[in-house]
Amino acid sequence: MNKTVDNWEPKIVAFLCNWCSYAGADLAGVSRLQYPPNLRVIRVPCSGRINPLYIVKALQQGVDGVLVSGCHPGDCHYISGNLVARRKFALLKNFLAYLGIEPERVQFSWVSASEGSRFAALIEKVVDEVKELGPAKKLVKKGL
Amino acid sequence: MDGLDGVQRMKSTIIKVENKDTLRSLRKFLGRLMESKFVEALLVPKLLPGGDGFVQSLIKDSRMLEDANPIAPTMAVQSARILSELTSSPFDGRIGVVLKPCELRAAVEMVKFLQVNLDNVVTIGVDCPGTYEVGDYAEMVKKDRELSPQAFLEGASEGEIRPRQGYNFRECCQICEYPVPLNGDITIGLLGLDHSKEILLMAGGRFEKELAQKFSLELKEGNSANREKVIEKVTHKRREQRVKVIDELKERVNIIEKFMQTLSTCIRCHNCMNVCPICYCKECVFKSLVFEHRSEQFLNWADRRGAIRMPGDTLIFHLTRMSHMATSCVGCGMCDSACPSDLPISSLFGLIGSELQEMFEYVPGRDAAEEPPVSVFKEDELQAEAGSE
Repeated sequence: MNKTVDNWEPKIVAFLCNWCSYAGADLAGVSRLQYPPNLRVIRVPCSGRINPLYIVKALQQGVDGVLVSGCHPGDCHYISGNLVARRKFALLKNFLAYLGIEPERVQFSWVSASEGSRFAALIEKVVDEVKELGPAKKLVKKGL
Repeated sequence: MDGLDGVQRMKSTIIKVENKDTLRSLRKFLGRLMESKFVEALLVPKLLPGGDGFVQSLIKDSRMLEDANPIAPTMAVQSARILSELTSSPFDGRIGVVLKPCELRAAVEMVKFLQVNLDNVVTIGVDCPGTYEVGDYAEMVKKDRELSPQAFLEGASEGEIRPRQGYNFRECCQICEYPVPLNGDITIGLLGLDHSKEILLMAGGRFEKELAQKFSLELKEGNSANREKVIEKVTHKRREQRVKVIDELKERVNIIEKFMQTLSTCIRCHNCMNVCPICYCKECVFKSLVFEHRSEQFLNWADRRGAIRMPGDTLIFHLTRMSHMATSCVGCGMCDSACPSDLPISSLFGLIGSELQEMFEYVPGRDAAEEPPVSVFKEDELQAEAGSE
């Protein structure tokens, strides 16, 4: 149970939209690009599908970081799902800040289906930043 | 005072008060609205038979206006919720509805969520000096049987908040920056006027001409200088108080441990949700399968952590409610009044809500034509706020 800091690896949940970012991750894979294996990918139809509750729940269940990635603005498969999502995340980030959740723990990004290398670079950046912060304990449910 | 633009656009006239009986003169005006069939029915707070409180009443017979008190010093129920019920299906004629500023703003928010229909409603906003807890008012009357509703108007002209018999206004009223209605069809003004002699009547927009004709009112442009001065003073004072309350609260919730400590006595009764005018969902997520767990699930959780709190999900409950309604929160404070554990829900929403509202440049209840922030978006915005480059 007790992870020592030396060999600790962050667990990061990535909500990826089916049309852009998931395909971007796929491309990174078939292009054999290396990126840290800390992701647990959850494929969603659109970044607009993600309920802010999922992010809070993920943090409560003990993940160290959450990444949400959708299509670039203007490129959404459903025209504007990602822009609606952006408003929701701005709102969520605002009160996560109140709870003392570091902004780097919950990240929001755009990756298109053709951006395999961008995806790999993004994951490297996110994993590095979360590693820097250390394990997330704040929201994890404890006893009472 | 950009939020108060609506008030300035209205035209106004003075109603003379007879025998220093402000409430009677107001009732007389409301009676005229009914008798002339300008409205078919009227929703207005009425004194309870026992004299120890007020409830909103739907009045069809103008004789029943006796004991009506449009400026009741309590708010038993958020009238926007009543209005939602009252306008859920089509009806003939017009209903006049007397609303406090926060009730009117909540009603405007509910129009945006398609929960209130104001087509056949004449909104009559009243200046609100503040309200007492329902229980406090009953106690005050019990202690002093002679206490008349008129006595509660004392200090209203200056918008003063002074404790009476040791009771003060509800905290949310003490920090409310909207003592005057933003945009009713009719506004009844007290602030800045000597209410033993006169009351201000303002009309704007769709019923202005009809009102002027039917009641031969001489409606003039502009607001009295003194009224504006008093509004400015009251708003300023309350804003200062608001900053103080919110700053204190900020210290209490700025990290998750403190946040949870502040909410630790929450018993998950859902009262705050049930009385909230903005929490309108008929199918609430907290009453759905999402929060219905299998017995084994509870046991598993308990096994993993040694012990779990029951009922659980307190943090998720408050965070979800916040993300659902903080942008539209009008600060009516019904959640505070309904909380059996005296949690500072209203100021918490005020704290988080006001930042979000600022971020989206949104004032809830300002204008029914304004879209609620989470239902619209701009192509190019919030890059920094959402944390995406």
